[in-house]
Amino acid sequence: MKEINQLELPEDLKYTKSHEWVKKNEGDTVKIGLSDYAQDQLGEIVFVEVPEVGGTFSKGDEFANVESVKAVSEIYLPVSGEIIAVNEELEDAPELVNESCYDKGWIAEVKLSDPSELDSLLDKGAYLVTLKG
Amino acid sequence: MRYLPHTKEDIELMLEKTGVPSLKSLFDCIPDKLKTKDELKLPKPLTEWELDEHMDDLTSSINASKKCKYFIGGGSYDHFRPASVNYLISRSEFATAYTPYQPEVSQGTLQGIYEFQTMITELTGMDVATASHYDGGTALAETLLIALNKKKLQKIAVSSLIHPHHREILKTYLYPTGYEIIEIPYNKDGLTDFEQVKNMGDIAGIAVQSPNFFGNIEDLKLARKTCDSKNALFISSFTEGLSLGLLKSPGEFGADLVAGEGQSFGLSKSFGGAGLGLIAGTKKLMRNLPGRLIGKTLDSNGKQGYVLTLATREQHIRREKASSNICSNNGLNAMTAAMYLASVGKTGIREIAQLNHDKAFFLKQELEKVGFKIPFNSEFFNEFVAIAPEGFEAKRKRLEKDKGFYAGIELDKYYPELKNHYLFCATETIKKQDVENLIQEVK
Amino acid sequence: MNSQIGTSGLIFNEPQLWDKSIPGRCGISIPSNDVAKIELSKELTRENVEFPELSEPDVVRHYTRLSQWNFGVDSGMYPLGSCTMKYNPKTNEVQASKQEIAGAHPLIGDDNSQGALKLMYDLQVMLAEITGMHATTVQPAAGAHGELAGMLIIHKYHEKKGRQRSKIIIPDTAHGTNPASATLCGYESIKVSSDENGVLTPEAVAELMDEDTAGIMITNPNTLGLFEKHIKEIADLVHAKGGLVYGDGANMNAIMGYVKPGEIGIDVLHLNLHKTFATPHGGGGPGSGPVVVTKELEPFLPVPIIAKNNDKYVIIEDMPDSIGRMHTFYGHFNVLVKAYSYILSMGAEGLKNVSEYAVLNANYIKESLKGVLNLPYDRPCMHECVFNDKKQAQFHITTMDMAKRLLDLGFHPPTVYFPLVVEGAFMVEPTETESKQTIDEFINAVKTITQEAKENPEILHSAPNITKVTRLDEVQAARKPCLRG
Repeated sequence: MKEINQLELPEDLKYTKSHEWVKKNEGDTVKIGLSDYAQDQLGEIVFVEVPEVGGTFSKGDEFANVESVKAVSEIYLPVSGEIIAVNEELEDAPELVNESCYDKGWIAEVKLSDPSELDSLLDKGAYLVTLKG
Repeated sequence: MRYLPHTKEDIELMLEKTGVPSLKSLFDCIPDKLKTKDELKLPKPLTEWELDEHMDDLTSSINASKKCKYFIGGGSYDHFRPASVNYLISRSEFATAYTPYQPEVSQGTLQGIYEFQTMITELTGMDVATASHYDGGTALAETLLIALNKKKLQKIAVSSLIHPHHREILKTYLYPTGYEIIEIPYNKDGLTDFEQVKNMGDIAGIAVQSPNFFGNIEDLKLARKTCDSKNALFISSFTEGLSLGLLKSPGEFGADLVAGEGQSFGLSKSFGGAGLGLIAGTKKLMRNLPGRLIGKTLDSNGKQGYVLTLATREQHIRREKASSNICSNNGLNAMTAAMYLASVGKTGIREIAQLNHDKAFFLKQELEKVGFKIPFNSEFFNEFVAIAPEGFEAKRKRLEKDKGFYAGIELDKYYPELKNHYLFCATETIKKQDVENLIQEVK
Repeated sequence: MNSQIGTSGLIFNEPQLWDKSIPGRCGISIPSNDVAKIELSKELTRENVEFPELSEPDVVRHYTRLSQWNFGVDSGMYPLGSCTMKYNPKTNEVQASKQEIAGAHPLIGDDNSQGALKLMYDLQVMLAEITGMHATTVQPAAGAHGELAGMLIIHKYHEKKGRQRSKIIIPDTAHGTNPASATLCGYESIKVSSDENGVLTPEAVAELMDEDTAGIMITNPNTLGLFEKHIKEIADLVHAKGGLVYGDGANMNAIMGYVKPGEIGIDVLHLNLHKTFATPHGGGGPGSGPVVVTKELEPFLPVPIIAKNNDKYVIIEDMPDSIGRMHTFYGHFNVLVKAYSYILSMGAEGLKNVSEYAVLNANYIKESLKGVLNLPYDRPCMHECVFNDKKQAQFHITTMDMAKRLLDLGFHPPTVYFPLVVEGAFMVEPTETESKQTIDEFINAVKTITQEAKENPEILHSAPNITKVTRLDEVQAARKPCLRG
């Protein structure tokens, strides 16, 4: 497993304590995925259960699952909103979460219902503090 | 006792190592007040030879000798079981292994069950089959739970011609979580009356057994159509697996889930257990299936091998969120079924299935000649319903006792409106002469 | 004798069945047809079933070869913790395959099946006696199925009392089947942690137990192999709040003749006949999971139940408060026959010896290995003991590596990574049917491995090295599932 200083944590993303990342897009939409720390801890991911497009969730809801061979982990929605797209490539290639967690391994795209929630998320520095905690 | 290897010297040496003075003191970690005061009251132990004698005595009051003839089915069927299958399944490498958690030393079980899964998918026409379940009834209950969870609905429709015992199991399983089971009545042809489903509101699925409890072959095309009109999952079940050697598979009719009993595949009747629960589904429902699944993969040298897979569905990982609580299944019986199906093969299964139909048809014809009436005008596999002429019940009881002929199951116990109706069965083990002997007696 | 019992020998590769298929072969004797052939309608019948075509010798050789790739209790020591892999007596198999047992149809009625009913009835009575409970159902098909029956009984009990409850307390050491069974009854699982000694405390349970909690599920001895010594206090406080105590009897094999669950506050308990009562595991079943209950819970037992009326044994289906039917017929009858034969062969003293030797063997292993493996709970254990890989971490050797290396040395590994409360758990349950000599060989093998961990870790990383296949790619198996040929 990676040491904390080996983790890749892009500056332009927001993070959560439960290790999701959030990327602000045009308009009130965000992309969401799992951080490098999360994918590294989970090990080789064998399945990602993505939500249905059109579903609405509140901040902190369990909206997806990732599975390794012998564990299931919930993924929590960092912000409230409606799922407007999911990464369908994960169905055949769940390993993308391991190989490219910030790019090809994204999980869902969400239309924010309350954009101000973004302010409550962690920046890289604050996230690193929680990891070291 | 011959199973316990400990000699006095062994015990002394081992106690010495553990630093405990006596066997009794090994239990000092249990507070005295929790220990039982008396010795267990059990019969005095038997030697191997006394046990043989005891069992001979005990079984002498079971009327199931080799001369018995079974004109009954109802979820348990008398079929020929090849000596080779019995012989192979007795190999203790299969019988005395645990669930194959260590695949490197369990490839026998794993490949065997993988082949079983493959043959069950072929037989049912489905994409995926599990490594087995307890029996047909519990397997069916699991498939209903899948449908209810998947559709997030509270109601499910079940044909009244599903085996009555299976329907009882469904009630037991669904009761505490508040799901509602709606029974679909049967029509004058002894088939599920799908017309009645129309007014049932939103249902998660429709469960139909074919051949149904009356032995009649259901219209599964209509079942699929009815499900589509309700956006419900189509659950197809069976108690006589051998029928699939001849009949179109549930998969051909577009079933979403299949549950069945595999006792007919080389397993003894054994007073109803252990049988073999079968569950199969479409690829779409693969991750919702309960219990073990075996998958093919490669080892670190690139050699083909098999492992338990998709374990994240199961209770030992998902705990309270698991789709089912099943742990051990009926693995050895799945292996027996695989051995049987491999033995009968492509031609054998069809020929034996055809024989079942032929014998049952002959039995029906002969019964009709001596005054039995056939209430349902539907095609059947190896079971059918007949209305008995007056005086049959007394003869039936006498035949059981005197000749070991089991002639029909009384249906009014399960369907009070069907007085004097009997469910008959004939399999490949019934000879023409057996039918003639029966007819001679009931004439 | 050689110090190492694992060795490589000639085993055979064997393709899948259909790769051996040759059109025109058949491995069964087709009965002759003495009646007319009757065709079913075309729209009902199928094309051929694409099964392999094999002769009888083809089939026999196929499965004989497959069997040689398997490890069973008859092959060697199988100290799989919590699974109780003891010797499965052969006479029990003979009894279960007697014509009248194997041939009996389940619907032949009471009069024709007296011997079968008597056997089940007597087994019900004997299991109640062994556990100190009042009544038994032998219907559940496996341990987890028994758990479900037991939880349904608890559910029905609360319903009858007039108010359903919503939660159930389950210790962190529990088998995964416990919470899964509770969920099927609509109960939310509330986790309670065991203390630093590996057992539950009344205080911890008292904190969680309230009048919305249906009860508690307790495995005793627990999965750490430790006796829950506060069981009575815990049961009392659960009862005081109107709850019931479910006993997971998976580990009953450790306490027969010493403790009767019915005397220490357990209300309902399941037994695993394939563990405690020596019926074979069959590579994953069929098992059998009878449930025993107190007098108060007897009305809720699943139907049918086997009873005795004067001198006649009867199948009772009409019990108004029953949870209903759990199995199509009466349960795994042929498994019941084996357990019945076992109990008759052992007798009271024999069963007590079983528990004594099982506990002796486990403690002997614990004392012999605690120098080389870390022992998180260094207390007298019951029938199993749990080590972990903490001492090997410095060599980057895990429990899995040691388990796989044991295969090379001729032993089935213990249970690994369970219970979850011990990180890297290595859970050894020798059972009473292993001799001191075999156990010494096992101890030596583990010692050899811990030595190798220091000196030659590579041989552990690559292990197993002499099995039919080496470590398998489970990731690929799960990512791209291939579940049929």
